[in-house]
Amino acid sequence: MAGLGETLGRAAAWPFTLVARAVDPPLRVWQRWTGTGGMAAVFLAPNLAIFGVFVLIPLVLNFVYSMTGGTGILLDQRPFIGMEQYGRLLECEDYTRRITCREDQFWTAVTNTTGFVIFQVTLMVVVSLITALILNRNIRGRGFFRAVFFFPVLLSPVVVGLIWRWILQREGLLNLIAVNLGLEPEIWLNDRFYAFAATIGVSTWAHMGFYTLILLAGLQAIPRDLYEAAEMDATPPARVFWRITLPLLGPNFAVVLVLALIRSVQIFDEVYVLTGGGPGTSTLYLTQYIYEVGFASILRNPGLAAAASILMGAVLVVLTLLQLRLSRRAEGRRAR
Amino acid sequence: MSRILAFIFRRRGHGRGWHWTDIATWIWLIGGTILMFGPALWLVASSFKGPAQLAEFPPTLLPYVQQTAMVEGYDAPLPLYTTTQEDGSTKVLAEIRRIGVNSQMVDPGNPGERINVNIADRSPVREIGLATGNYVEPLVKNNFLRFLWNSVFVTVMATLITLFTNSMAAFALSKYRFRGRDGVMLLIVATLMVPLSVILVPLYSVVNAMGLLNSLWGVILPTVATPTGVFLLRQYMLTIPDELLEAARMDHASEWQIYWRIVLPLAAPALAVLAIFSVVWRWNDFLWPLIVLSQREHYTLQVGLNTYAGELNVQWHYILAMTVVTMIPVILVFLFLQRFITTGIAGAGIK
Repeated sequence: MAGLGETLGRAAAWPFTLVARAVDPPLRVWQRWTGTGGMAAVFLAPNLAIFGVFVLIPLVLNFVYSMTGGTGILLDQRPFIGMEQYGRLLECEDYTRRITCREDQFWTAVTNTTGFVIFQVTLMVVVSLITALILNRNIRGRGFFRAVFFFPVLLSPVVVGLIWRWILQREGLLNLIAVNLGLEPEIWLNDRFYAFAATIGVSTWAHMGFYTLILLAGLQAIPRDLYEAAEMDATPPARVFWRITLPLLGPNFAVVLVLALIRSVQIFDEVYVLTGGGPGTSTLYLTQYIYEVGFASILRNPGLAAAASILMGAVLVVLTLLQLRLSRRAEGRRAR
Repeated sequence: MSRILAFIFRRRGHGRGWHWTDIATWIWLIGGTILMFGPALWLVASSFKGPAQLAEFPPTLLPYVQQTAMVEGYDAPLPLYTTTQEDGSTKVLAEIRRIGVNSQMVDPGNPGERINVNIADRSPVREIGLATGNYVEPLVKNNFLRFLWNSVFVTVMATLITLFTNSMAAFALSKYRFRGRDGVMLLIVATLMVPLSVILVPLYSVVNAMGLLNSLWGVILPTVATPTGVFLLRQYMLTIPDELLEAARMDHASEWQIYWRIVLPLAAPALAVLAIFSVVWRWNDFLWPLIVLSQREHYTLQVGLNTYAGELNVQWHYILAMTVVTMIPVILVFLFLQRFITTGIAGAGIK
């Protein structure tokens, strides 16, 4: 059977082998002509070309879009209007009342996203930390349980959204449990508070396994003899946690915190499928606002969407720089 | 049984017996297992229920189908009901048709005589069974087979291209010294800061200008140059000793051959990890395909599911079944390759 697998593998690789052989002679000529430095360019070219076209050019264009008006997507149909889009996003008559803002949907999205980020990241970090601490104990079937918590991470956001929409609907599982506990059944996603809570809970459910793994890796890197020494001294467990575990976990903990923040700010897919931003606009978050203004609404305004995405991007850049710094520090510690 | 439990819950090491933290640990783990798997299992169980059963409350745990019987004189099988007679006894009858609140029924044993029964006095005869039509009908009648194919195409192509372009870039960045190498690395790091949601509008216009709107390639190409992939492969290739490459050069191997015949096979473990990641990422992609694809025949499964689930009258029996179909590749990855991913994440801290 192993022989068969190998044969099949070879057969699948065959077309690629052919291509690889065919490109060798011209590349040899190129190599003789330009040296190994020229070959480095050849190896980098495809990836950099794709980066350039699909990341760098859009990055620059984003600023152009944010400073032009109109509803067209082609740049030559878009008149230059300077910073007007930003002004429109940020202009309010009375900054204490969202409704007086010119683009009140944007402020709704900002407020909702802020609330979401605060609660979701807190919940995420706490739940992942508890799970990682538990998985770090000497328990039977640790590999199994590690996999259990990781399972939802692999599911697609659309599937996650649909699974939970199905559970939270009127004839759903949650109402079955509620009725059995003697509570009134609810249409959970039609309620502003429950829908907001659902987006937090569901996105935590879907991603906590990922953060648990990073924290667990950090916990396992803490030298055992520290704990043994603590035990010799009969240090109380709470003190061990605050004095040994948390400080030594620090860098990983910081990485998890910032990664969770970055992803939380951009939340879209699961929530869009779960609540569609509703009821009303109570779970309308920033990425959905950008998507709807840029693509989905009748009065679409690509310039406004670009301006909003640049403002969100600025927040993300700050967070990512923070993350890179922290993870470098984490690596430095590990090396020492 | 108690010995098995004792074996499972036995504490290793200290042997001081049960501490409250042990109990808390097991409550958390078992509760977590139910919470993590339960919703997906509930979805799978529900996906085999017919539309009538899905609308019931309280829902049953297992899927049932109504029993039918062939009755003499009728071409199609008739659904069976248990009916309550005037004297309180019950009898199984087959329904011919329903007229208002009355049901015209017939005794399968005595097909000549028709009986009128109020629908309040009857209840369907059911047995455990699977409504497999939930799966067959959307695949055959609606476009789901098409969506499935599109998703497979996007996933396979994007993964292949990702593996090639990322491994070539990683090879150059790990095995050559050239001017501007640090600049290129910095550029790739910088792209980590530009998630898709930040460049939606201009990316759409670039894809539009290239004529790739409503094309699967418009979904594939913007996703393939993953910075994480380049990092992962570069980290791994740095561990391949340069002496191997030098030896090959002595034997007049070209640089391309060195990449293809030496470095790629040696980097197979890292390539495998990236391949698994890429398959899961591309299979699960939603926002970008939602924007690029506006014609139904080009939808991927994720977009198709969202569209059907967003309709005014959601046909849950189809949606649930197709959600299960969408989950299948990911569940396979989970069952067989989960170890690769978890170690990959623990090692590189990426997703």
